[in-house]
Parts: sequence; structure tokens; C-alpha cells
Amino acid sequence: MFPSDLTTILPELVLASYGLAALMWAVFSNTQKTGTALVWLTSIFLVGLSLWIGLATTGTKQAFGGAFVDDGFSRFAKVVIALSSAVVLLLSRDYLDRERILKFEFPILVVFAVLGMMIMVSAHGLMVLYMGIELQSLSLYVLAAFHRNHSKSTEAGLKYFVLGALSSGLLLYGASLTYGFSGTTLMSGISEAISDGETSVGLLFGLAFLIVGLAFKVSAAPFHMWAPDVYEGAPTPVTLFLATAPKVAAMILFARLLLEAFGPVADDWQLIVGGIAFVSMFLGSIAAIGQIDIKRLMAYSSIAHMGYALMGIASGTEKGFQAMLIYMVIYTIMNLGTFAFILSMRKGGRPVSDIYSLGMYSKQAPVQAFSLLLLMFSLAGIVPLIGFFAKLYVFLAVIEVGMYWLALGGAIASVIGAYYYLRLVYFMYFGEEGESLDDNMTRTSQITLVLSGVFVIVGVANLFGIIDISQAATGMLFN
Amino acid sequence: MNNLLTVITFTPFIAALIMMFFIRGEEAAAAKNIKFLALVATGATFLISLFLILGFEPEVEGFQFVEEYTWLLGLRYKMGVDGISVLFIVLTTFLMPITVLACWRVEHRIKEFMISFLVLETFMIGVFCSLDLVLFYFFFEAGLIPMFLIIGIWGGERKLYATFKFFLYTLLGSILMLIAMVYMWVDAGTTDIEVLLTHEFSHLPLSILGWDLIGGIQSLLWLAFFASFAVKLPMWPFHTWLPDAHVEAPTGGSVILAAILLKMGGYGFLRFSLPMFPIASEFFADFVIWLSVIAIIYTSLVAMMQEDIKKLIAYSSVAHMGFVTIGIFSFTHQGLEGAIFQMLSHGLISGALFLCVGVVYDQMHTRKIADYGGLVIKMPVYALGFMFFTLANVGLPGTSGFVGEFLTLAGIFQVNTWAAFFAATGVILSAAYALWVFRRVVLGDLVKASLAGVRDLSNREKLVFAPLIIMTLLLGVYPSLVTDITGPAVMELKNHVLSSLPK
Repeated sequence: MFPSDLTTILPELVLASYGLAALMWAVFSNTQKTGTALVWLTSIFLVGLSLWIGLATTGTKQAFGGAFVDDGFSRFAKVVIALSSAVVLLLSRDYLDRERILKFEFPILVVFAVLGMMIMVSAHGLMVLYMGIELQSLSLYVLAAFHRNHSKSTEAGLKYFVLGALSSGLLLYGASLTYGFSGTTLMSGISEAISDGETSVGLLFGLAFLIVGLAFKVSAAPFHMWAPDVYEGAPTPVTLFLATAPKVAAMILFARLLLEAFGPVADDWQLIVGGIAFVSMFLGSIAAIGQIDIKRLMAYSSIAHMGYALMGIASGTEKGFQAMLIYMVIYTIMNLGTFAFILSMRKGGRPVSDIYSLGMYSKQAPVQAFSLLLLMFSLAGIVPLIGFFAKLYVFLAVIEVGMYWLALGGAIASVIGAYYYLRLVYFMYFGEEGESLDDNMTRTSQITLVLSGVFVIVGVANLFGIIDISQAATGMLFN
Repeated sequence: MNNLLTVITFTPFIAALIMMFFIRGEEAAAAKNIKFLALVATGATFLISLFLILGFEPEVEGFQFVEEYTWLLGLRYKMGVDGISVLFIVLTTFLMPITVLACWRVEHRIKEFMISFLVLETFMIGVFCSLDLVLFYFFFEAGLIPMFLIIGIWGGERKLYATFKFFLYTLLGSILMLIAMVYMWVDAGTTDIEVLLTHEFSHLPLSILGWDLIGGIQSLLWLAFFASFAVKLPMWPFHTWLPDAHVEAPTGGSVILAAILLKMGGYGFLRFSLPMFPIASEFFADFVIWLSVIAIIYTSLVAMMQEDIKKLIAYSSVAHMGFVTIGIFSFTHQGLEGAIFQMLSHGLISGALFLCVGVVYDQMHTRKIADYGGLVIKMPVYALGFMFFTLANVGLPGTSGFVGEFLTLAGIFQVNTWAAFFAATGVILSAAYALWVFRRVVLGDLVKASLAGVRDLSNREKLVFAPLIIMTLLLGVYPSLVTDITGPAVMELKNHVLSSLPK
């Protein structure tokens, strides 16, 4: 039994060993170039890892007495997480270099955060779940404060830490209540304990606290307060990282916990999750309208998007979970593209993030501006772009189970949300010409931006097969 | 020729791609190439669409030129036309080369301008030939993006307000329709329009929060579709985005908006609301008819008081669209046929009127009625053209405007005499505002010094107006050109609706 446990967690073991080895090497050979070399090495490593996970393993395996599971659902998430983190690293290099914070700790912290996320998405027991979350969160706290000479960055790190710790506390409290009333920390055990569809008040409390804790992690309203400040204060590459992989991981964990541990009492959590989704969509859409800092704006945008993804979970059906997976993949790609642009926003060599500096960007760089236009319309969920299909699929999932109010709310919120995406387009295409941005976009950023622009438009043909893959992934979860 | 519809739909799009990637070089030469490419592409699309008309057999029931491929999520890429939609496609392809020609003098960012128009054409044609709910929605809403840019980049002073209002207003309407569409998808298990046309949606009474709703689900779905189409058409009181958008849009944008985008609303009623929700349509018919009557009278009165020529034409459009909805919801053969005819005719006439305004706007850069007067002295040919379209707009017998109004009024007269009476006063009012504005702008003495330098129509502009005049006259004296094609389809639609109603 022991060796089979280890083979199940082999990808995690390899990643952990890589992180430790890289750390040792970097400490002993600390030169100017170590950071750059490690960024490249780590991204290549992560791409290789995701290929390995995605192509080489099949089937469902459990380890450590059922506390850890390796199935299609988790592998799907791991591939998305590893790949997006690799892209994040590549995109970050230039920015960090210019800000003189390209230290070797950055890629290593990303590696440990990714490790945490991989554990999260594979967690099948409350202990493993908590371990994964903490490993991820601690790495992210440090990353948020990575620009340590910069007061906003340290402030962001501290805020994130305090609120993150609070949410971890809530989560832990919920976990202990659940354990107390069901007698086990394994998801399968909890599900057995409530298989008759009856929950005790204690277990219900546990469920509520777990949901609140996880809602914090995915920055869903009304537990979103940390997101705008942290997004704005953290160095932009870290903001990008926060906006992509951890969101995917937490969402997957959310879905798995609710389905595998609390599946029999779906009626109890569907309404809570639906309510959170509803509030998130509206809050994200309305609060973003007044933002002038593009990073803050993207924070609210991601709050709204988490609302849509949660809609998929709220439906509680296989189709809904699949819709959530598709939504997260599309969301991640759109964010990578958008942040590739935000990372290169500079004036006179200094990074800027106010949206007014986009003035007439379309004249200066037509191709980039057009890609960004496509991304904005896609984020807003307008046809003929791929963001629309992401929304369509979650709408379909909730309407199938009769949660019409949620679909209607999502639709109206998306109209409100369209306003601020349009506003960015307006600045780029027919705003006032001001002091223009520096023309210094790196090749990596350009490629990412243009490729994601192409993705959102060409993807409408068949979504690049994401549908089939996600269907296979959710199929394993439901059988 | 199995892919004729796809070819027609995507020819402009491919031209736009070519324009985007392959036209480079110095500015003047590139601008010239861009214009010619746009003209050739839209012209070619029109010529190809003639094959559609030639090959179309009105007597055949159901859809023709059907193409079907599977798409993602179990949706289908399904295209096809019937007697109701085929003429709208030809109207679109017919007007596009004219619009391109009319925009020949645009210089500011010409490349983006023409790309927007070509992409818009693809979306507009797509709307009329989609036979899949989501595909329809796909084209229907996608048209907002190029239009947003057209008004936003090339518009007038208040373009910002106008373009945001246009976009968000229409988006809100269409997203409610999307929710209804998803419901229909779940309920019927398919998004195929052909199947949905025969699917019966439940009309058992529902109780929502204590309110009893007659017509049940059908009524709700009908209302969701109504939200979209009433905004798009637009119907009073959902029309307020239209005057703003029209006034601020560049000439080409106004033409397309008035001539084709508005027609999508009417087409939607004919394609979805009536045949799919017949019971709800009947239930709401009186409501729509009286809204339309109010629209006709109220917006005609409002039009009379406008100081801005474009705004006046915009309000006149709302009034004329009132006849369309009256015709549709009369459920009579004449009414339905008249509604289609009125839409086609209005496409020609209102487009031409906006082009008329464009001609003087290009020279004087003002849209104020008060800034003009006595143009006839310097611009006799222009005055003649303007007069022709003014009278066509009023509904002078012999022009296409007359046929549309007459048929719709004949239709409504059979079911609701009072509505017919009040709607008919709209005809008088329209004569009042149209002739009055014509007198103020074109007739009288040329006293304004600023107008001394105006020149008459150039050959290019004559070329723009000639086909419009010919078509308006032709449809006016020989309406069977249209009714022969639409007749059988309208009959089928009417019989389907009437047979679905409870006895």
C-alpha cells in the first residue's frame, strides 16, 4: 500500500523535489542570472509536468486511505494550473527585471504555490484540503509582498495575510465541526454519514463555514474584500498569478468538496452557492464601473466571473460542473491575455495602471489594441467571442435545474458588466489622446496577447476540444 | 451550390480579413485599394445573392438552400431561407455596395471603417439565414460590436452617449431573449428552428408570486423575445436609443441602422414570436397594436418638432415601424404581407433619406434644419431626389411606401377598425412633417450666405441614388415582385398561427 501511495502522488513529489533542489541550487550559486535562469527552467519544468500529468496518467487512484485522489477532474485542473503558471512566469520575467525584483525566490515561491494547488485539487479529505490551501496561501502572501521596498506591495501582502488567515480559520472551524458531527475527515465518509439526506445542525454549520472559507479563497462576494486591494497593491505579475491558477484550484476544490462530501444534501448548499454567485455577479459588475485603476478593475471583473463559474456549481449537475471547468479555462486564458497587456503598461519607464493612459492606444499599436478589444468583448460575454459560450453553458446548466432567477440575474449583471469593458474599448479606440504609453511590449507579452485574442475568436468553432476533455473529467467525478 | 448561403454570408467577412492583413503601403494608395476592395466585395456579394433569388422557389413549403453541420455543445450551424427571410438578405446585399459608395469620402481611419462595415454585413446576413436559435443569437448580437465602433469612432459630438446607450440598451433586450432561448433549448431538447416551429410550448396558466399569468410559459417567453425585438425595431416606448444613435452615427452607419438593423426586430416577430408562441402572441396582440398606434401618432408629432434633420428621420422611422407591428399582429394575410413589404420599402426609403442628409452634411457639416433653405436653387438634381424620397416616405401612390402602408392598414382594418382609424391619421401627420421639412430645407430663397458654395450631386452620388429610385418605383408600381415571393410563406405562417389558437 505504501509504494502505491507514493506513485499516486508522484507528480507532486517530483514538483516538491524540484522546488527544494532549485532552492538549494539558487542559494549556493546566487548570481545575477540565477533568477532569470530559474524562471525559464521552472516554466519549462511546469510545461513538462503538465504534459506528463495530462498524457501519461489515466483512471482514478486513491492514496493515504482515501485522503488524496488522482482522477480526471483533478488532472484537468492540474494541467490548467501548471500551464497557466508557466505562462505567468514567462510573462513576469521582463516586469520583474525592470523593477529589479527578479530574485530567485519568485519562481520558487510560484513552484510551492503550484504544489499547494495541486494538493488542493486532489484533496479528498479535510486534512489534505487544509494542507494544500495553506501551502498555496502562504506562498501567495509572500508573493503579494514581493516588492518589499514598495509600501503598497507590503500593505497588500499584510492585508492578504490577515484576511487569508481569517478565512483559513473559518475553514478550519468548519472542518472541525464537520469532523465532530460526522466522525471522519474523509469526503467519502462525510458523504456516507449524511447519505440519508438528513443533516444535523452541527454539520450544517460546518458546511456553511467551509463554504464561507472557500468563498474567501475564490474571492466571491460578500467575502471578496481583500481582492481589490491585493490586486492593486501586489506587483502586476503576482496579480496575474492570483487572478488565474489559485482561482482555478479553489474553484475545483469547492466543487469537489460540495459534491463528494456534501452531495447527498445538495439542496442545502445549492441555494447558498447560488446566492453567493448572484451577489458576486452583481457586486463585481457594479463596483467595477467606478474603478480607474485597471488592476482594481480586473479584481472586480474576476469577482463577477467567479460568480458565473459558481453558477455552474450551484446547479449541482454534471453539466454544471463541466460548465464551470470550461468557464475557468476560458477565464484563465482571457486573463492571461489581458494581463500580458497590463504588464507592459508603462510611461517613461515607470509602470502605470490607470485606465486613462489607454487613450487612443489603437493608433499606437493597432494589433495589440485589436486583440485587447476582442478580449474585452469576450470578458463581457458578447458574441461572437468565446466568453459568450462560457456564459451560455452555465446558463444552460442552471436553467436545466430550474434556477431561473440565477440565470436572469447573471444575464442582467452581464449587461451592467459590459459597461466597463466597453469603457476600456472606448479609451483605446475613441478616447482622448493623451501622453501615450511606452512602446516596449516584450515579445512574450505580444505573443500571449495576440494568441489569446486569436483564441477567443477562433475558439468559437469548436472551443479547441475543451468540451470533450472537460466532459471526460467531470464524467469521472460523477461516476 | 449547396453552400450558397454560407458563401453569401461570409464573402464580406473574408474581404475584411484580406483588408486587415494584406492591404499595406502608403496611405493614399492603401485607402484607394481599401475602398475598391470593399466595393468589389459588397458588389460581388450582391451578385451572388441574385442566384439566391433566381433559385428560390416560392411555392415550396419550408426552408430552402438548407445547410447543416454540427457545431459545439450540440448546437448546429444550420442555414436556410424561406419566403420571409430571403428578401431581407437581398435587401442587405443590395444596400451594402450603395452604402460603401456613399462613404467614399470618409478619410479618417478608412481601413477600420470598411472592415467594420464588411463584418457587419456578414452578421446581418447571418441573422436572416440562421436556422439555429443560438446561431441566430450569435449573429443578432454580434452586429452590436461593429456598430458600437462605427458610431463611437466616426460619430458626431455626442457619440459617446449615443454608442453606449445603443449598445447597452440593445444588449439588455437581447440577453433576456437569450435566457428564453436557453429555456426553449432545454424544453424542446434542440435549438433547431425548424423543429421549434412545430414544438408546442406550454400555455397552461402559471402563478408567479401570487400573480396569475395567462398563457403561462409562452407568455414569459414571448415577453423575453419582445424585450429584444421591441428594442431593436424599435417600438414606442423603447425607442429612445434610436434618435441618439441615428443622429450621432456617420451617414453610412445611419443608413445601415435604419435600413437593415431595425428590420431584424420585425423579422424576429415573424420568425419567432408568432409561429412559436401563437397563443401568447394572440393574447398580447391588442397590447402591441395599441403601442404601435401610439408610436405612429406620438412619434410623428415629435418628428414634426425636430430641429435636426437626422433626428426627424429617426422619429419618422419609429412611426413607420409602427405600421410593421400593426400589420404583423393583425394576423391577417394582408397585414403580414404588408409588414414585410413595409420593412423592405422602409429599408430603401429611409436609407435613401439618410443618404440625402449625408450629401449636404458632407458639405456643410450641420444637421440643423434652420441652417438650410433654398437648396433647390443651387442643387436642382438633389432637390428632385430629396423630393422623391420625401414623397415615398409619406406613402405616395406609385412608390413602395404606399403599398406597405396600404396593406398594413387593410390588414388591421379587418380586426380593429379603431386602431386602423388612428393609424391612418399617422399617414397624414407624416405628410405634414415630411413636406414641412422639405419646404424648410430645399424650397424658398437661398438667403444663407454659408450655402452659397454648395454644389449639386456628383456623378458618384447620382450613381448612389439611381438604384434606390428605381427600386422604390418598381416596387411601387409592381408590388407582385415581392408578394409573389412572400405570399406562400406568409400564408403558411398565418395558417400555422391560426390553427394553433384554441377554438
